[in-house]
Amino acid sequence: MKKLFRKSTFRLILYAALLYTLVILLSQVIPAGDGFVLNNYFMIIINISLVYVILATSLNLINGITGQFSIGHMGFAAIGAYVSGTLTTLIWKLIPGSLTATSLFIVALLIGGICAAIVGFLIGMPALRMKGDYLAIVTLGFGEIIRTIINNIDYVGGPRGLLGIPQLSNFTIIFIIALLTVMVLRYLVFSSHGRAMLSIREDATAADLVGVNITKYKVWAFVIGAFFAGVGGGLLAHMIQLAHPTQYGFYASFLVLIVVYIGGMGSMTGSIIAAFILTFLEKYILPMVLPMIGLGVEWRMVIYAVLLIIIMIYRPEGLMSREAKFMIPEDH
Amino acid sequence: MDLTTFFQQLVNGLQLGSIYALIALGYTMVYGIIKLINFAHGDFLMVGAYAVYFFATFILAFTNAIPPIILFILCLIVSLAAGALIAELSNCLTYKPLRYRPRLSALITAVGVSMFLEYFFASLPFIGPSFRAFPDIIKQVSFVVGGVYLNNIQLLDIGLAIVLMILLTFIVNRTMTGKAMRAVSQDKDAARLMGINIERTITFTFLIGGALAGAAGILMAMTYPRIFPYMGILPGLKAFVAAVLGGIGNIPGAMLGGFLLGIAEIYATSYNSLLGEGIAFAILILVLLFRPQGLLGEKQSEKV
Repeated sequence: MKKLFRKSTFRLILYAALLYTLVILLSQVIPAGDGFVLNNYFMIIINISLVYVILATSLNLINGITGQFSIGHMGFAAIGAYVSGTLTTLIWKLIPGSLTATSLFIVALLIGGICAAIVGFLIGMPALRMKGDYLAIVTLGFGEIIRTIINNIDYVGGPRGLLGIPQLSNFTIIFIIALLTVMVLRYLVFSSHGRAMLSIREDATAADLVGVNITKYKVWAFVIGAFFAGVGGGLLAHMIQLAHPTQYGFYASFLVLIVVYIGGMGSMTGSIIAAFILTFLEKYILPMVLPMIGLGVEWRMVIYAVLLIIIMIYRPEGLMSREAKFMIPEDH
Repeated sequence: MDLTTFFQQLVNGLQLGSIYALIALGYTMVYGIIKLINFAHGDFLMVGAYAVYFFATFILAFTNAIPPIILFILCLIVSLAAGALIAELSNCLTYKPLRYRPRLSALITAVGVSMFLEYFFASLPFIGPSFRAFPDIIKQVSFVVGGVYLNNIQLLDIGLAIVLMILLTFIVNRTMTGKAMRAVSQDKDAARLMGINIERTITFTFLIGGALAGAAGILMAMTYPRIFPYMGILPGLKAFVAAVLGGIGNIPGAMLGGFLLGIAEIYATSYNSLLGEGIAFAILILVLLFRPQGLLGEKQSEKV
């Protein structure tokens, strides 16, 4: 237990608490004009950014830390979203507006995450036999298979999507879960397990020779990454009150991948910062700037793509290298 | 399934398979030479289809007097040129600077190029994200042979694919450039020491691969006369599966894999549409689990 309460942990929690208080103050206390400084639209952007933090850091565990190239991450999120969404919708119909809504929501999220983790386990198994490009295609294929299956299950709405999910996500819940995700992943990365995962990324053969159980750690990376992705997907579904197969396609997964790559492979701090920057860019800055230069909002994806290519050519390590100081506990 | 249905689906499968095979050839050639899965390859197909769309609409707006077969040949040349051009552009603008970087960077860049092409076409005001009806370059004529319905477009698809494959086999096996391509795919450094211009060989590979994707584009647009900027995603992915099925880097393998995958998909769809959508990826996973080198590929041991 002593190791859990290092100074850096306190610092992380302190910063998080300060940030939280600041956002709450700006959005609910300090008035500006008709409403508050941070209006509802801003809060939605912040919430989406936080969900992207969860998705990107969990993908970073698979891609950046363990070095497995997975590009079907939204498939896990879809499972979390649909499972938790179906559960809460059912319960909501039975006991409308129950007092225990939040605790039910947390349980539903956990169940969604566990279902995603089970699928992550299933995907992790074939991942043991292949790597690099092949693994990329397999994970992509799995993502597409999941989407196709959802598209054909009438109980969850099929191509119409799952409608009428109760709005249970709010800033506080999303913030706390994002913080927990980051802390868990951070401790994982700097534990001996995380070192083992890093060694697989650096040189799988050498890691195997010094006795790292490659099989175990690859599967664990997929299971843990999928779990958090499932939780993130559940949060997203309960925020926008809708789960739709098109949200979890191919390009949604690439968006998460872009966050990870722009942030820097293996850098959790980078993922967090990139999640905020890119979400604000997409939802706030580009819709404002693009009309000024006479382009439609749809050009933002073109700009995204160009950004990705430019970053890959000129700064392939991303915004942050892996040794981002904020993420490293002192005694490392 | 009676015999007539069996043959009917076989023809349909060969038609779809010929399109997959053409795309798979481009994938496999590029992979063989620079070990890059060119995710944007499916989008070259889309570019080819749009080029033909504008060309054919332009021509048909002026005159209807051109015989369909001449018009088709002109359109085919346009699609080959458009596919080759866009492939070479993406090669020299994005893949070339990344040539000696980790392969993952090139892979991500390929994803970026794919996204760029799709959204760029969807954002251009005169193209837009909506579906467009592809003009009738050749009128569809159906006829019955022994209870099996055939049409001229089916025969054209299969015939053209086979002609292009023969042409490709000739280029790869009988010309100096083909020899250079085979040499580079076997050992880049040794090939350079023998005086082969690597960059020119890679450029040539992209040109041929892109041209084949462009041809697949016009065939696909004629078969399913509806084009949109995202039309290349799924055929591209499935063609990649076809390339893996045949053994990636192996040219006859890509042809075999393409036809097998097309046939498998049509039979699966006739059985159950959900199965049809997912079968390509199921095949992919089975192949990677049990025969990762593909049907015709050679087993490679891991080097340390």
